[in-house]
Amino acid sequence: MCGGRSDGVANRIEVQGLGKAYNDRWLFRDLDIIIPDNSVMAVQGPNGSGKTTLLYILCGLVAASSGYINIVLEDREVTQAQKRMQLGLVSPELRLYEGLSAVENLEFFCAVRGLPFSLLRARELLEFVGLAKRGRDFVGNFSSGMKQRLKYACALWHRPHILVLDEPTSHLDEKGAQLVEQIILEQRRRGMVVLATNEPAEVKFGDQSLVLV
Amino acid sequence: MSLRKLNLGTKALSWYSKCVAVLQKDLRLEFRTRYAYSSLIMFAVTTLVAISFSLAGGMTDTDIAAALLWIIFFFSAMTGVSRAFVLEEETGTAIALKMAADPAPVFLGKFLFNAALLMSMAFLVVPLYLVMFNLSVAIVGGFLLTVLLGVVGLAAAGTILSAIAAQSAVKGSLLTVLSLPIVLPLLIGATSATRTALSGSNPDSMAIYIAMLIFYNGSVLAASLLLFEYVWHE
Repeated sequence: MCGGRSDGVANRIEVQGLGKAYNDRWLFRDLDIIIPDNSVMAVQGPNGSGKTTLLYILCGLVAASSGYINIVLEDREVTQAQKRMQLGLVSPELRLYEGLSAVENLEFFCAVRGLPFSLLRARELLEFVGLAKRGRDFVGNFSSGMKQRLKYACALWHRPHILVLDEPTSHLDEKGAQLVEQIILEQRRRGMVVLATNEPAEVKFGDQSLVLV
Repeated sequence: MSLRKLNLGTKALSWYSKCVAVLQKDLRLEFRTRYAYSSLIMFAVTTLVAISFSLAGGMTDTDIAAALLWIIFFFSAMTGVSRAFVLEEETGTAIALKMAADPAPVFLGKFLFNAALLMSMAFLVVPLYLVMFNLSVAIVGGFLLTVLLGVVGLAAAGTILSAIAAQSAVKGSLLTVLSLPIVLPLLIGATSATRTALSGSNPDSMAIYIAMLIFYNGSVLAASLLLFEYVWHE
């Protein structure tokens, strides 16, 4: 079930006949959606309905069993290699290197994307996510909420056009939830957000809603 | 300089820096934990000491001596290099790495890390092996080249097999079983070259064994670079 349309929009995500099956059991099938620029898509559904799988297919981490997802920016289809610059993912299953400090994690993910590292930007981002004085600390010593905040810093470093959020406020306190709200609203102005959640407070951000059953 | 050449140059430079970033990250993590290096060295030295005691310190047959060196290298390598991708999967960092990095620089960075790890093991184990078994090397250059090429081959095969094993449920334990048929040509070539280097007999055959090792390493690296993207992404 999905609402909203945006034919002819230069920047968009096109989902056509998408399906995913594990061992002959379909998680979902025949999904057709268009997510336009400057919008938020909220994916809802019970546990095991395929919310995270759908996000991973969008990110190119999991292959679809049928159909496809095209990311179109400036009327050009984004390739798998370009996705690394255009997508930012925050997910409970995504972990950062616990043996590295927060700044070293940012530096590493910046380097493997082929981007120049700036300590000033690292400090700005860490301050933005509420980790201003913890940049030199090992991630292994962080609480789960602090790790979640650092994931946002890593996902936002390369200013992605699409932000993919799986359970965006998990492990976060009230201030953290406010930070996520700010990030989602800013990202909507800059590009697109696709989030998977069942939290009513997060679903309200969705301009469109997709319910998996 | 044409724009196309400039583009290719920039791309190669960016590719190289990504590969170095993966290598530096793995080296930094290893220096802090020394987990892979410790298990590798402990396995190699324990095996060496156990064999040395069972043979009462002497080894006259170069055929057996050469085979023992490469059996020690093989099993030690599989203990250490299996961590390259298995650890990324087990700790959940593989998702972050897949989201950020192109597959080829990841493979090459991991391969260079494994090669450095095995090289440092060889640096310690080879002198111990020669002293404990009371062996002398007749063709020193050939022996050193064999160890270098053999270690590089083990690192290349171990890296791609580690990526395959990381996608399975049994992970590390699968690696040794998977790797034996693939590493067998390398072990045969390296054992033959080591035997020739130790005994000094039939030195002309050394060039053939060295060529065999170079061919093996080139083939495994080229095939791994082509296949890695499919292994890495489901």
